[in-house]
Amino acid sequence: MAAPEGVRAGAEVRLQGLTKLFGPVVAVSDVSMTVPAGSFFTLLGPSGSGKTTTLMMVAGFVHPSRGAIAIDGIDVAALPPQKRDLGMVFQSYAVFPHLTVSENIAFPLEVRKVSAAEIRRRVGEALELVRLTGYERRLPRQLSGGEQQRVALARALVFRPRVLLMDEPLGALDKKLRAHMQLELKRIQRHLHVTVIYVTHDQEEALTMSDRVAVMRGGQTEQVGTPAELYESPVSPFVADFVGESNFLDGVVISTSPDGRAVVRAEGGLELRGTSREPLHVGQRVVAAVRPEKIVPQDARASELNRGKGVVDQIVYAGDATRYSVALGATGTLTVKVQNRLASRQLATGDLVELAWDPGDTRLFARASDER
Amino acid sequence: MNADGSALVTAPTMVAADRRETRRYLLLLLPALLTLGTFFVYPLFGILLRSVYKNGYTLESYRQIVRTSVYLTVIALTFRTAAVVTLIALLLGYPLAYVLATVRPRLARVLVVIVVLPFLTSIIVRTYAWMVLLGRNGVVNQYLVALGLTQAPLPLLYNQAGVVVGMTYVLLPFMVLTLASVMRGIDPALVRAAHSLGASRWQAFRRVFLPLSAPGIAGGTLLVFILSLGFFITPALMGGPSDVMIAMLIEREVEFTLNWSFASALGVILLALTLIGFAVYYRLMRLERLFEGLG
Ligand SMILES: Nc1ncnc2c1ncn2[C@@H]1O[C@H](COP(=O)(O)OP(=O)(O)OP(=O)(O)O)[C@@H](O)[C@H]1O
Ligand SMILES: [Mg+2]
Repeated sequence: MAAPEGVRAGAEVRLQGLTKLFGPVVAVSDVSMTVPAGSFFTLLGPSGSGKTTTLMMVAGFVHPSRGAIAIDGIDVAALPPQKRDLGMVFQSYAVFPHLTVSENIAFPLEVRKVSAAEIRRRVGEALELVRLTGYERRLPRQLSGGEQQRVALARALVFRPRVLLMDEPLGALDKKLRAHMQLELKRIQRHLHVTVIYVTHDQEEALTMSDRVAVMRGGQTEQVGTPAELYESPVSPFVADFVGESNFLDGVVISTSPDGRAVVRAEGGLELRGTSREPLHVGQRVVAAVRPEKIVPQDARASELNRGKGVVDQIVYAGDATRYSVALGATGTLTVKVQNRLASRQLATGDLVELAWDPGDTRLFARASDER
Repeated sequence: MNADGSALVTAPTMVAADRRETRRYLLLLLPALLTLGTFFVYPLFGILLRSVYKNGYTLESYRQIVRTSVYLTVIALTFRTAAVVTLIALLLGYPLAYVLATVRPRLARVLVVIVVLPFLTSIIVRTYAWMVLLGRNGVVNQYLVALGLTQAPLPLLYNQAGVVVGMTYVLLPFMVLTLASVMRGIDPALVRAAHSLGASRWQAFRRVFLPLSAPGIAGGTLLVFILSLGFFITPALMGGPSDVMIAMLIEREVEFTLNWSFASALGVILLALTLIGFAVYYRLMRLERLFEGLG
């Protein structure tokens, strides 16, 4: 399988009813999704949600109990990892400690019996791509974590795989380096048009890097969509909570309209308007979710806003923004995030404040008995 | 200016802390040093002295060893036997250690116990057990004949083969445990990474696992080789009249000839050759590392 010169477009990866049981443990349950060719696709979920297991099934290191994986329409079930032509970056980097940087990067080419001259050329290119030119003869133990990470990346890309799999590749890096590597990864992915399947439990990372994100929970996909879709219209309280951050208020539906809007009486008697994806009926118990930055203190705008009066309870200053906890009596406590613009007035604890937010930013979710 | 000043202030404190650290390490080493000094270094000097003393100081014993071809043959045979045993132990021990290092931890614990079990019985008992197995009418020969693999029983005992089998058996656990401890330290993700990069099973083993297990090979072979050089009971019981190893020679001189000077000289030669072997080996392994780095 000789790689053609220049750019090789990424492959489409399709998972169909993918399931993995470890004895009685259901690690992954009936996962179906399509990763479009050339896209940056992220598996996002809390610890133990089955992200690594899913990735390992795509890579071929874990055999699915049920379901199918197709790469560019070809079922890969019978192929061992070394025949799948996928690049993989492990969380632990897995850089070969006994080989120098350039030997590490040459490894996939050497096992493919590429000629020595070609290897030298492509290793040089790969080093340039990850900005490690000049590090050729160093051993991994002479590199920082971020540099080792880049060696692992160059090694996984040098044989021009059509799909690159990454399992929390930036997990061990500090915040600054992490942000830098995120940009580098995006740059490289765009440059090579490779399909990336990326695993993380960091929602911020998922939102900033991905074309599409699959939110996983308990071995299942909860929602698949663009970062904006996940953030602006989550399908469940879980997604609303895990992607970004949300305030949740319990309540009962008191009226509905055919366009999916409904009025809800929250505990404590506060009346809210919001929107739901699924039809609701009067008397139904729901959870209303609203993001902290959508709530505005002391807003004098039109009356169709949801409103609530409360007392500032706690203030967390975070440089660019300030977060207030506002107690609304029996209704509960709302977190409000306010950008620290030059002119904005600071609130103090104990201040009485009126909060307002748009019904369009208020998501209503029917309450299954045990949900949230 | 300021930075220079503070550096001057901190430097002596650092040295003091270092010195305290060194003193603590020395204290921890003291029991071992005392024991070694009393029971090893001191008697060793005694042997050295005795090897050049026979009714007055003389190099007679050494001269005798170098001049007599029998003694040189015994030394050569000792080294050859040690080399053969080491090689066989490595070939048998490597796969076993690999299994030990890669199976589930619970199973691994059971296997370690099985590997170590022979140490719980006396080496003499174990050697006699092998003699029963390998004898002319022993279990092995009975099976070989019954299966029609040979017409007559094979000579498995009282020759070089018997010595090698017996010694390999006794020394195998040292090889296996040394190898396994190094293999257990190899991150399994490295082998998986090799596969994900397109390496076949053989390529992943040859280019990743094997080089990473090299320290275990170095340690295990060195340990087994040195232990083999001084082996006594097994070759004495399982070898033939011509399978004399240097340790047996020493024993004979001490027990029967009562030529302690000569026995000491043989001991000193064994020690010297072992040290030379060790040094050469060390150099070779270091060179090997260097080649690995250059690819
Ligand atoms: N080899 C295994 N044997 C038994 N259970 C396993 C095995 N591997 C994973 N599991 C279980 O399967 C579930 C999913 O594991 P997985 O490693 O895929 O989670 P993850 O989403 O990658 O989590 P993390 O963010 O912590 O890495 C977990 O409950 C885990 O305990
Ligand atoms: Mg994981």
